[in-house]
Amino acid sequence: MAPTDSYAIECRGITKTFGSVVANDHIDLTVRYGEILALLGENGSGKTTLMNMLSGIYHPDSGSIRVAGKEVSISSPEDAMELGIGMIHQHFKLVDVFTASENIAVGTPGKRLPARVMREKVKEISQSIGLEIDPDRRAFEMSVSEKQTVEILKVLYRGQKILILDEPTAVLTPQETDKLFDILRSMRAQGCAIIIITHKLHEVLAISDRVTILRKGKYIDTVETALTDEKKLTELMVGRPISLKIARPDPVGCETILKIVDLSVRKPDGSLAIQDASFEVRTGEILGVAGIAGSGQKELCECIAGLCPAEKGAILFHKENLVGKSPREIIRKGVHLGFVPEDRLGMGLVASMGMVGNMMLKTYDVPKGPFVDPAPARRQAEALVERLEIVTPSVDTPVRLMSGGNVQKVLLGREIESEPQVLVTAYPVRGLDINSSYTVYDLLNEQKQKGVAVVFIGEDLDVLMELSDRIMVMCHGQVTGVVDARTATKDDIALLMVGGGKEAQA
Amino acid sequence: MIRIVKIKEKNSRQTFAIHLAAFLLALCAGGLFILMLGFNPLEIYATIISGAFRSKMAIQATIKIMIPLLIAALGVMLSFKMRFWNIGGEGQIIMGAVFATYFALFHADWPSFILFPVMFIAGLLGGGLWALIPAFFKVKFGTNETLFTLMLNYIALYLVSWLQEGPWRDPSANGFPKIASFGKSAVLPKVFGVQIGWIVALVLVAVLFVYLRYTKQGYEISVVGESQATATYAGMNVQKIVLRTMFLSGAIAGICGMIQATGSDRTLSTGVAGGVGFTAIIVAWLAQLNPISSLVIAFLFSVLEKGSSVIQSTYGLSTDCADVLQGIILFFVLGCEFFIRYKFVRDHKGGGKKC
Repeated sequence: MAPTDSYAIECRGITKTFGSVVANDHIDLTVRYGEILALLGENGSGKTTLMNMLSGIYHPDSGSIRVAGKEVSISSPEDAMELGIGMIHQHFKLVDVFTASENIAVGTPGKRLPARVMREKVKEISQSIGLEIDPDRRAFEMSVSEKQTVEILKVLYRGQKILILDEPTAVLTPQETDKLFDILRSMRAQGCAIIIITHKLHEVLAISDRVTILRKGKYIDTVETALTDEKKLTELMVGRPISLKIARPDPVGCETILKIVDLSVRKPDGSLAIQDASFEVRTGEILGVAGIAGSGQKELCECIAGLCPAEKGAILFHKENLVGKSPREIIRKGVHLGFVPEDRLGMGLVASMGMVGNMMLKTYDVPKGPFVDPAPARRQAEALVERLEIVTPSVDTPVRLMSGGNVQKVLLGREIESEPQVLVTAYPVRGLDINSSYTVYDLLNEQKQKGVAVVFIGEDLDVLMELSDRIMVMCHGQVTGVVDARTATKDDIALLMVGGGKEAQA
Repeated sequence: MIRIVKIKEKNSRQTFAIHLAAFLLALCAGGLFILMLGFNPLEIYATIISGAFRSKMAIQATIKIMIPLLIAALGVMLSFKMRFWNIGGEGQIIMGAVFATYFALFHADWPSFILFPVMFIAGLLGGGLWALIPAFFKVKFGTNETLFTLMLNYIALYLVSWLQEGPWRDPSANGFPKIASFGKSAVLPKVFGVQIGWIVALVLVAVLFVYLRYTKQGYEISVVGESQATATYAGMNVQKIVLRTMFLSGAIAGICGMIQATGSDRTLSTGVAGGVGFTAIIVAWLAQLNPISSLVIAFLFSVLEKGSSVIQSTYGLSTDCADVLQGIILFFVLGCEFFIRYKFVRDHKGGGKKC
């Protein structure tokens, strides 16, 4: 058993710069064996950079790292592995056609064990932390949470005592999150040191023993979880007191503007992304869409926007079917549809152009004649900078050089300026800091009060429940339910997210 | 241990300084090469410059080299802006020349105010249609445009071989497989002692500059080049834009072929493109896909080429040495792009094991 009094990892004064950006500025971090440390911070606060240095992907410019009391230099992932540090990234690194036990064996130093022995070992380890896993299941057949479990087993199999998880719950349902936390707790009981990166406060409170808070690359504080609460953590994270309440004005008007009937959409690979979805979008309200990532949300909004063809079904806009029409035709029909896609720089904006070029993306064709007229776009860009407090050196600076929050303000701002009747937003606060997130919520509420039908595809259930009027839940491409956001409980929605009870225990 | 680290984007002045430094380093490296051959590099460089400018005739010859290079560079630039890897400039030049040659050979009796425009349009169509073939297969079936355009070069080349050995063979050449020289009426006039193509090239530079920067179609090309998803999102018809842009790209190359055949060569031969379609790619990239800069780059390339032919006659150095010099310059200037985005850093703590 590892000593519990000394630190598993002790970082002192870690500094890392990228060009002129100081990603980590003299950061201290300690974690003991048998302890779960949460690393809390907004996007861009340097959490992932710090963890990448522990796992050998980056090398710090200065500062010292001690593992189990000894000063070390970790210059490659192999070094980290030897030191007993295992990292689980947001994107899993499994070989699709390998079975669970093959995936666990691959890349492990030493002689290859016979499959039978390997299988037994995997079973043994998984049972030791209270897990049931089929060692012969292939990675491509696994659900996201099973894949994550395999990643964890990989770390345990190699006897690594230090586990780092980078936002592990982002891809999990609430039930799966609970299960993951159980696993982490039993690993803690076995004496592992665990660092979990997250920006979700309730998870920090639920799982961790201590919390280290980073803000804008700087070390802020480390607190005992038991002695803190959400409000204090937010204050440490953002740097000032902030109201966590999201406003929810009452809906206005509420007429059905889009009626989706039996819509089915296929992915390019032929599988069904959406299956017989039927629902209504109403003016003057925010329709939240909940579901685990990849349940068909992306295809749903792209289909409404005319970007991907429907297999069957109809999207009725005042009795007119929009299915099969191109985005240009939809605009010509007089449908003012605003769409904020998930991939902001790859779809919503032209990354290498400035704000001016991006403002006219959808309207460049409106004036007659062969030439573009950048003058109105420039005025619009300047007005938007003023109104949404966008930080950019100039309206001609390529948007890819702007920060995530500002990029989103440009995109959302442009869509709002087009005075839409329907505004579809896919993960509009993903990757944004708290401030920018609240700006986005305010803008959406403002649109709702103007009578715009807002569709909000979100990943954070708490936000969805506070912001939306109604919540539609999707699971495997099917609409499993539409609930009233004011009365529904989190458990109701969580159940619908996995298909409405049947598979909830799975 | 040395590692590569990404750095923040440099501004245009720093970028220019790096390019300049790369060019000077290339001259030094080239100088070493010349030194190795036993010549004085300064003398050789001076001869290259004077060779290109020493007389009115030399200057005219330099410009003559520059015309096809510049026009072809403008052509490929258009497709590169759209991230369509058109390396078929060579073939498009040849097809432009073939189409124009048809009228030069068989309708030489037409008055020149009709014949020239017809040849011009024929050249344009020849190159444009040739470029449309890979574009069509790209948008319909997703074929690889790089391979497709490259292969079409050879088809165009051997088409000319066939024409000069078969249907278009000059009967008065005593069985030698060549196409007849064009009649006087089908040869482009000269302005200031150089064929009129240089005016066409300058006009095209201006047109393309305006087209790319100020027109809706130019805007569409930039958006499609950046991301097809964004273009679709904006309601653009990506297929149409790809087809149209490739046609125009090929059409400009076709004009280049027509001008080369009827202005400089006065006949059609397999050497009508002579590698210009490939060099044009380099010119376009070095000019960072800017029409105005490509004017400068094409000029510099022509000076090097003309100058090195003088080197050959004065010092007996093979023109292949000029190619080596060209290669060295390219290596440095293209290689320096790396230093605009990355830098090397040394690990202060080497090894990786516990210290």
